[in-house]
Amino acid sequence: MNTTKTIIYGLYGDDDLLLDGVKQLREKGIQIEEVYTPFPVHGLDKAMGLKESRMSEFAFLYGSIGITVAGLLTWYTMNHDWAQNIGGKPSFSWGENVPAFIPIMFELTVFFAAHLMSITYLVLNKHFPGQKAQNPDPRTTDDKFLVELTNQDYEKAKEILIATGVEEITVKKVEDEKVD
Amino acid sequence: MSGHYEAPIREPLILGDKSYHDITEDIARPIESKAGKLWWFSFYIALVAFIYGVGCIAYTVGTGIGVWGLNRTTNWGWDITNFVWWVGIGHAGTLISAVLLLFRQKWRMSINRSAEAMTIFAVIQAALFPVIHMGRPWLMYFVFPIPNQFGSLWINFNSPLLWDVFAISTYFSVSVVFWYIGLIPDFAMVRDRAVKPITKKIYSILSFGWGGKAKHWQRFEEVSLVLAGLATPLVFSVHTIVSFDFATSVIKGWHSTVYPPYFVAGAIFSGFAMVQTLLSVARKVCHLEDYITIKHIEYMNIVIVVTGGMVTVAYITEFFIGWYSGSRYEDFTYFSIGAATGPYWWAFWLLILCNVLIPASLWIKGLRRNFLWTFIVSIVINVGMWFERFDIIVINLSRDYLPSSWTMFQPSFVDVGIFVGTIGFFSVLYLLYARTFPVIAQAELKTIVKSSSEGHKKHHSEHEHH
Repeated sequence: MNTTKTIIYGLYGDDDLLLDGVKQLREKGIQIEEVYTPFPVHGLDKAMGLKESRMSEFAFLYGSIGITVAGLLTWYTMNHDWAQNIGGKPSFSWGENVPAFIPIMFELTVFFAAHLMSITYLVLNKHFPGQKAQNPDPRTTDDKFLVELTNQDYEKAKEILIATGVEEITVKKVEDEKVD
Repeated sequence: MSGHYEAPIREPLILGDKSYHDITEDIARPIESKAGKLWWFSFYIALVAFIYGVGCIAYTVGTGIGVWGLNRTTNWGWDITNFVWWVGIGHAGTLISAVLLLFRQKWRMSINRSAEAMTIFAVIQAALFPVIHMGRPWLMYFVFPIPNQFGSLWINFNSPLLWDVFAISTYFSVSVVFWYIGLIPDFAMVRDRAVKPITKKIYSILSFGWGGKAKHWQRFEEVSLVLAGLATPLVFSVHTIVSFDFATSVIKGWHSTVYPPYFVAGAIFSGFAMVQTLLSVARKVCHLEDYITIKHIEYMNIVIVVTGGMVTVAYITEFFIGWYSGSRYEDFTYFSIGAATGPYWWAFWLLILCNVLIPASLWIKGLRRNFLWTFIVSIVINVGMWFERFDIIVINLSRDYLPSSWTMFQPSFVDVGIFVGTIGFFSVLYLLYARTFPVIAQAELKTIVKSSSEGHKKHHSEHEHH
């Protein structure tokens, strides 16, 4: 079934006004769909009630995988598969050789954590080469701040937006095949 | 807002009364305008040097390492000197973007993008040397832990040369990722301003569809912070591991426990000097005087003074221990009376002059805040740090344990050509970067407009007084 979705865009020219506007909209029971800003506005995630990001937890997990891989790799190649006596330093157990393996373990931990976390970040954001621009208004990468509201009481939202110092309001109606 | 307050006595980091839009305009201008004569002239020279270097590399690979000036006593020469020099130069970039991010230093924002670009381009040059030094670069895959055609013969994880492989490749790839993640929002800015369809297309691909959603910024900041946290120990580990190439050996003058911290300090010292050189040029060519201010230059000079001091202390230690050990062999190490008065006396004194005496002038505030003097000193340090690596390698090797095998090292035209070629390659990359990439992290810079720009500071203090 096709439904018509109403999208209201409120464009702010200043980050402090935006922050204040977001707080007021939420206080007055208006749900904010999305906010687009040209730079990270501090406190915006709290004002919008966004959940904390879990990127660092991912990084820890990937780093743990990295150090495990490094441990297994050094053990398999140096101690298990082809143990050799190199320069009078026999490689017959991983424990005895661990000081020599620390640089590799460190590097692989960082390698895994950094790369896998960055890939996760891009995937979660749906960022990939050739992706269409996600911002509805190109000015939001320059100096404007955009609040996006969907399926709201237009008059009420407009009133609040104007009161918080919005510069421009645009309304768009789109045919939406998916029902929210 | 109270969060935007900064003491008025702090010098502004952005000059003029800049709005967010002014920053966009200023950063996008070099990309959108045509290249000037000076750019084409520099690019042409760099390209010629690069092509010459490629020719010398081809000659080396085709004929063999014998075309270099190496001999049986001095079996590492310019190749490893250049390798360590280039890796060292790379360090300032990561230091500025990662360590200073963790310390919440706002002055890093105008310079981190270019410093990171410098890191990446310098590491590319560095990585060339061990590869061509192998003599048979087509067998390069031997350094990776993959099963090879000789059965289960694996690479040796006890070897510092192998640690280098892992350290440099991790450092390079993590730096590229860190740099690119930061570039995405700025590419989006260029994309959204682009008029020509081809420009729009290119920057659309580069910007990965970035739209500046609140959730994405939240993740962006966390990713930046974690990457900075990962890259910070990486800065220290890479040059520590490079120093292990020497420190774990049995060559007199090389097996020194002071090497890891000394190499790291030296790397930051030379890296900041290179940042200073490049930014002094970029500032003029791209008209970024409002963003790269005398305050930025002064802060970098302070880092140079501090790391230069560490390096000087290490020099004194090496010289003293060389003498105090009473070992005959230590009489010919690169910091010894033998080095100061022997056949390489000129290299020894050049090192002292370039790395200790001339940079010491930066202790004087007037000189530290002088663009021209800073530019000259930065070049002097680059030369001095090259000589430091040359001295470590060549002086120590040329006088070995057997006087019968003592020799001098004479670089061949191929040695010189490859080095000149890497400078050309580096410059080609940097010049292309300066024309096509946003050279300042504009999105980040916009976050400090309300606290650290001259205009806002003025409004703020006027507001308080009335």
